Amino acid sequence: MFSFIAKRLVQSVLVMLTVALIAFSLFRYVGDPINNMVGQDTTLEERDELKERLGLNDNFFIQFGRFARNAAQAEFGFSYQHRRPVSDLIAERMPATLELSLVSALLALVVGIPMGVYTAIRRNSWLSHAFMTMSLVGISLPTFLIGILLILFFGVVLRWLPTFGRGEVVQLGWWSTGLLTASGLKSLIMPSITLALFQMTLIMRLVRSEMLEVMRTDFVKFARARGLIERYVNFVVALKNTMVPVITITGLQLGSIIAFAIITESVFQWPGMGLLFIQAVSAVDIPIMAAYLVLIAFFFVVINLIVDMLYVVVDPRLRVDSAGGH
Amino acid sequence: MSDTAAPNPNKSRFARALDSDLWHNFITSPVAVISAALTLVFFASAVFAPYIAPHNPFDLATISIMDASLPPAWLDGSDPRFVLGTDDQGRDIFSTIIFGARISLFVGFASVIFSMILGIALGLISGYVGGRLDAFIMRVADIQLSFPAILIALLIDGVARGVLPREMHHDVAIYVLIFAIGVSGWVQYARTVRGSTLVEKNKEYVQAARVIGIGPVIILWRHILPNVMGPVLVIATIHLAIAVITEATLSFLGVGVPPTTPSLGTLIRIGNDFLFSGEWWITIFPGIALVLLVLAINLLGDWLRDALNPKLR
Repeated sequence: MFSFIAKRLVQSVLVMLTVALIAFSLFRYVGDPINNMVGQDTTLEERDELKERLGLNDNFFIQFGRFARNAAQAEFGFSYQHRRPVSDLIAERMPATLELSLVSALLALVVGIPMGVYTAIRRNSWLSHAFMTMSLVGISLPTFLIGILLILFFGVVLRWLPTFGRGEVVQLGWWSTGLLTASGLKSLIMPSITLALFQMTLIMRLVRSEMLEVMRTDFVKFARARGLIERYVNFVVALKNTMVPVITITGLQLGSIIAFAIITESVFQWPGMGLLFIQAVSAVDIPIMAAYLVLIAFFFVVINLIVDMLYVVVDPRLRVDSAGGH
Repeated sequence: MSDTAAPNPNKSRFARALDSDLWHNFITSPVAVISAALTLVFFASAVFAPYIAPHNPFDLATISIMDASLPPAWLDGSDPRFVLGTDDQGRDIFSTIIFGARISLFVGFASVIFSMILGIALGLISGYVGGRLDAFIMRVADIQLSFPAILIALLIDGVARGVLPREMHHDVAIYVLIFAIGVSGWVQYARTVRGSTLVEKNKEYVQAARVIGIGPVIILWRHILPNVMGPVLVIATIHLAIAVITEATLSFLGVGVPPTTPSLGTLIRIGNDFLFSGEWWITIFPGIALVLLVLAINLLGDWLRDALNPKLR
């Protein structure tokens, strides 16, 4: 078990270094950093001096080392567009994205798992067929279109829900939350549904196919033969054994939820990191792009690690295997 | 497929294809036939767009601002010339959809082919050569796979904006997009092809070819490649749907194809600004077209996967 986790840790560090290298190359070689910092009337000497002072004449490894050290301290320099430290900009917007992502993930799980179990148990009921058809449509509907349809229906036609922004937020230290005000919660409804829908269909289909597989195995048949009540067999014996892939996929999807939040945030003008990133891409604001890349990679790596550790907790076979000594 | 089903070698290729399992499976599945028909309609209208579209939305001489923002034909205040209404500049929505689908499908196909070539080449090399090169390629694939494709495409697009001068970027935006979507999708192909190559390379026919002195490039191209193409076709079909969605998403976010040659995603983005003034048709009809196109390709891909899967037969 220890070697398993150690191996994963090494791999994570490698991934982070690779991403940092890409981010650094972006930072250093895409466009001229000096040009982006100074005005047109700066003389060549002043430029050279600035270049020397910022250490841009040092060799590649020294520069990369400095970049990595700064990145580890969440220091990414100034945004070209906003003329403010990138770390401040991201810290301001991170709560919005994290709240949206976590609420969506929760929504996807809470709705997706029961739907998956139901469609597996009652395979031929009309409701199961309806769920399955809906999920196919859900996969074919791009995220932004779901958002637009929701806005059109609930925002423009019915006028029930706000169509952009976060509503009122409350400051808890540096964290701004929209979960404590009525307008904040109302603003959260449509974006979180938009973001959750794809994951929901994914989880439902996954739970369904895993359940169908598990329900064919001997131990489930045996549980039934022992006369355990149906509900216990379905929800405890069978569902428990489908959890490994469900945890993996959900965990990994949490990372892509944060990334897909870019689209949702852009549709609903949700003031999160994704919106910041997409504006940075349009304006070629490299420091923000580099910082966002490193940050997202960090999220992915951490989530992957946690999922791997959960594996060991949920699936005893893994514990035995590694204890057997490799 | 056809060689196993039709033992009679005297029949023509076409006749044998009609006699095969795959064709029988296809013709008896209503979902497959309908989705194939729908896909064909989209493809045909994309190819023949200039002949099919009732108006040319890019010919400034034929559009008139007087026709701007007309609703679809079944609503009050509409003009029978414009079945699905017009946008804010008086362009016929139905025609812009046909031309938009043409661009969406072009980008989709081009990026799928790009991914396919890249993925198949890397997969073949990885599987056949093995060793360090294999480990390296597969590690890169692992790392890339842990990030969503859309993020990678966005990043490549962002870098291209930084590297290329502004005017030039506008002209090559569509190729940058194809490159970005293509690079973000190669892993699936490479993994599948590598797996099949590992199996195929130890079979007798490959060993025989090696013994008579055929070089590795010819072996990969003439002997192994034809035997690993089955699963690749299934991936390519489903990937086409994903590529079309990715293109639409990037264009919707404003980093895809420029508004002068709008794809379906660009049309939805443009229309999105008019949602609040009640002109829903500018954005909803391109949206419906996009969903139908993607749904049809997805269903076709699903069917193809089941039909080619020997376990399910």
